[in-house]
Amino acid sequence: MELKKIGLFVGILLAFFTGFASGHEAPAADATKAEKQMYVDGVKKHHLHDDHYFTIMHGVSIPLPVIIFDGGVKFFMSTGFVEDEHGHVIAESGGEYYTISHDNGMIYKCDEHGHIHRDEEGKLEGRVLDFSITKNVVIILLMSVFLFFFFKKMAERYGQSAVPQKSASFFEPIIVFIRDDIAIPNIGKNYEKYMGYLLTVFFFVWFLNLAGLTPFGVSVTNNIAVTASLAILTFLITSFTANKHYWGHIFWMPGVPKPMRVVLAPIELLGIFIKPFSLMIRLFANMTAGHIVIMSIIGLMYTVDKGGFAIAAGPSALLTFVLSLLELLVAALQAYIFTMLSALYFGSANEEPHHH
Amino acid sequence: MEKLWNDFSVGLFFWQTLIFVALVVLLAKYAWKPILTAVKEREAKIKDALEAAENAKLEMAKLKSQNEDMRREALAERDALLKQAKETKDQIVAESKTAAKVEADKIITAAREEIKAEKVAAMLEIKNQVAALSIEIAEKIVKEQLQSDDKQKALVDNLIEDVNLN
Repeated sequence: MELKKIGLFVGILLAFFTGFASGHEAPAADATKAEKQMYVDGVKKHHLHDDHYFTIMHGVSIPLPVIIFDGGVKFFMSTGFVEDEHGHVIAESGGEYYTISHDNGMIYKCDEHGHIHRDEEGKLEGRVLDFSITKNVVIILLMSVFLFFFFKKMAERYGQSAVPQKSASFFEPIIVFIRDDIAIPNIGKNYEKYMGYLLTVFFFVWFLNLAGLTPFGVSVTNNIAVTASLAILTFLITSFTANKHYWGHIFWMPGVPKPMRVVLAPIELLGIFIKPFSLMIRLFANMTAGHIVIMSIIGLMYTVDKGGFAIAAGPSALLTFVLSLLELLVAALQAYIFTMLSALYFGSANEEPHHH
Repeated sequence: MEKLWNDFSVGLFFWQTLIFVALVVLLAKYAWKPILTAVKEREAKIKDALEAAENAKLEMAKLKSQNEDMRREALAERDALLKQAKETKDQIVAESKTAAKVEADKIITAAREEIKAEKVAAMLEIKNQVAALSIEIAEKIVKEQLQSDDKQKALVDNLIEDVNLN
């Protein structure tokens, strides 16, 4: 059993290094430093950005559907994007040409040569509303399906035995921890209606963070759209379940002189938006930073000169290993912090007026 | 900020929100609710069991002290009964002794009186017999002495003499 676990761990580590190069041709040994740097930067971007292909390993990619709104819905598989002789990735649909920007991986309108129109300041123009089922959407969907069946199965075992069985013996303490140490102390007696959200958000973020540590480039929680969605849900739940006392505290602060109330109202109002915004940025920045640091250290091996590779490889691998362990902690920590702060905001929305 | 917006994918945001909300609803219904209910029930059960054990312990102690009291009472009662029985026995023995004595005295007295009466009767009979014998003897003697006429005459003379003297 123990041996099996170690084997799995080593396998994942190995896959990390091999996976790093997936989808990219490593630069030749005699490539210039700038070329090598470009390669590493490309890998970083590739791993942090969304994709229209679901790449399992090098050479094995599943094309995903592209759905864009540009004067009507346009639907085609991502195989529609074809690279021309100049290296531009162009798709043609309904007489319009589209390309994927190298800057952010988003789909832009372009001319038939793959050139995106830029404004006077050099900013890209013609971005289309992209509702494609991208790699990240697929990962979120797969993870959600997994989470649902995993925890449903676990819940079903509760009907069979009073004692926690199998996975429940590990996850039940975590669920009870979220209830007793996050929800109840922060929210109080109304905690039960928030448990569904808090538990789901914790396991969703945690599992996706962990998935992001695997070498398959499935990092989702370092995407601003994902963290924004979670933060906005926390904000909406806070706002819609808030009591009179909560709104009273924001617009007409009790216990302070009247002129101060007028001054405080806009600050407090700003606060209710800053809180979820900080949630969004915190998770996004922490996960992105972790990925960039790990990839930079791995990239070190590729950027050093020929002879340096041997010298750089050992420390780099060791450092990557240690940082990966740290990221393992960060994965759980960020999930905890997100859940904890959400509970705190729900708690402030449920606070009963205390007599000053 | 502009970079953030530049990297922001509306599509991803849409799908993420849709999938996540569905996940929250489904998990809440099919996983968290049954799990939390089961955990809560188990906690309540454990709490009840602990309370029941505590109550049973208290009840046991109460029963034990009650038993002790009952035992002590029973012992005291037994002692009292034994004492009473002894007293009754002594009393009965003493009473029967007295009764026997009285009866015996009565019998003895009756016997004595009987004996006395018998004695008196016997003496009387003896006296009568002696008198009868004496008369018979006297008759025989008289008969003997008065067989001849001379002797009869002498007697009459004698008797007349006695009378004259008077």
